[in-house]
Amino acid sequence: MNKTEKKPGIGWHLKQRMTSGVIHLFLIAGSLVMIVPFIWMILTAFKTKTEAISIDPFYILPQAGWHIENFIEVWNSYNFLLLYKNTLIMIALRVLCACLTATLAGYAFGRLKFPFKNFLFALVLIQMMVPGQIFTIPQYLIVSKLHMLNTQFALVLPGIVTAFGTYLCKQGYQSLPRSLEEAAEIDGANVGQRFLFVMLPLTRSSLVSLGVFTALFAYKDLMWPLLVAPQAGATTLTAGLSRLQGQFVSDYPQIMAGAVMAVVPMIVIYLIFQKQFVEGIATSGGKL
Amino acid sequence: MKKMTSRQKSEAIWGLAFVAPTIIGLLILNYYPIFETFYQSVCKTGDFGIGNEFIGLKNFVTLIHDKEVFRTLFNSFRYAAVSLPVTIAISLVLAVLLNRKMKGRGIYRTIYFLPMVCAPAAVAMVWKWLFNQNYGLLNHIFGTDINWITDPKIAWISVIIVGVWSGIGNNMILLLGGLQDIPKDYYEAAAIDGSTGIHSFFHITIPLLSPMLFFIIQTGIIGALQLFDLPFMLMDQSSRAWPTVKTITYLFYEYAFEKGDKGYGSTIVVFMVVIIGIITFILQKTEKKWVHYE
Repeated sequence: MNKTEKKPGIGWHLKQRMTSGVIHLFLIAGSLVMIVPFIWMILTAFKTKTEAISIDPFYILPQAGWHIENFIEVWNSYNFLLLYKNTLIMIALRVLCACLTATLAGYAFGRLKFPFKNFLFALVLIQMMVPGQIFTIPQYLIVSKLHMLNTQFALVLPGIVTAFGTYLCKQGYQSLPRSLEEAAEIDGANVGQRFLFVMLPLTRSSLVSLGVFTALFAYKDLMWPLLVAPQAGATTLTAGLSRLQGQFVSDYPQIMAGAVMAVVPMIVIYLIFQKQFVEGIATSGGKL
Repeated sequence: MKKMTSRQKSEAIWGLAFVAPTIIGLLILNYYPIFETFYQSVCKTGDFGIGNEFIGLKNFVTLIHDKEVFRTLFNSFRYAAVSLPVTIAISLVLAVLLNRKMKGRGIYRTIYFLPMVCAPAAVAMVWKWLFNQNYGLLNHIFGTDINWITDPKIAWISVIIVGVWSGIGNNMILLLGGLQDIPKDYYEAAAIDGSTGIHSFFHITIPLLSPMLFFIIQTGIIGALQLFDLPFMLMDQSSRAWPTVKTITYLFYEYAFEKGDKGYGSTIVVFMVVIIGIITFILQKTEKKWVHYE
């Protein structure tokens, strides 16, 4: 091929096209690796058990029609309605509590002067540095001593406040120009009014990030619901899945039906709120 | 304390009131537990988990001689040592390829990111099925007969495969963000000096991405130590391969909750805190050598 990089000509365009083609080929191959497990999960969920384990011939699509019975059976015997309800309420409460406490504290740390501010903020930072397992045993004992095992309270408790969220909100408030608040202050607004009407609406993006992060974290968590809500009717999707796997050891179509029901709602939400999800991850980084 | 004007006083009251919920919550839910865990680590848990008997550093002496602690720690480090470089390399390539105007950019991003919004518990279940020796898709496709999750020589690699598959999207997004912050004129200036793509990549892209890479490495190592749900859901705990993938966090879970030995479980956590402290210290020391901040 002609080396005409400096002066774009036909050769240059051809080369560009080729490069772009190779890149696409590479990205498509990668996408297949990412997506095939999902497709296989869905296809298996619609198969009968015999179909799923038939080695030869190697069927891809369910042969005996799309078998919905797996979903019905798993839905009923594992009470997925309750699992969804528990998970949804837990996520909603955690997001609400985290956003509420974090935005208040974040505003104060980012904007106000008050006694012991540095010391109190150090408490926030140190919490972020220690591994979460250090809280687990005592938090479990708190729940257990209050006789609150297998309740919504137990599921939500560790997420009522968030050091990470406080830090995130503080960054958000600090990045806003001072003049906004000063103008409101001249107009006679007190701190509460300035926070509520001027500053809070401007930090929507950090709150959305925090909300997405909190929701995903709560949805993914396995150890805590396993510990505090072992009972079938009180637990969340993830802990419910671990019971399902124990029960249907080799009934893969049913296990896959359970997996589909556990991941599909979040995937749908993700596809709708993609921008917010990606921003939420980008700001919260590897903490998830 | 200095005399405050009424305006300052009011601001102080508002400030304290605003941080109060968070601080009280942190004290009860995080700081009391930290002290309680340290306290329990020097206690022997009574039968049925009732009553603590102070035994000094006995648990720590046991821990130092406990081969399982070091084996699980080794498992966690091996996971980090292999999965982190592989994940970073793949996500870096993807991020570089996607950091341009192109068709389907959004679709690729969506697809690679998909595992990030799925519960690891569900992801592990799907992969367990893919890994199935007799009926699994992987052995079918490759025509192999590999014991992906029951062979002690292979199981740890299988866990890493799932870990990498799940983690690529996250790191890709982070690195893509880092790439977009690099000013285009750096590359233009380098091109005038005759720098080619690969040369620019190693002399402009990598140095400018180094803070993000450092962040990914640091959180990745600590995250590997805290790995729990993926191996827990992927493997049978009775399998002979289980000891080769069991992580230190699982060991903590096992002692504290399955065996009811909260004292020794706490000792393991304190040990983890120390290890994480050492890692953080070492990383901070090496940071200046290769991480470039502007």
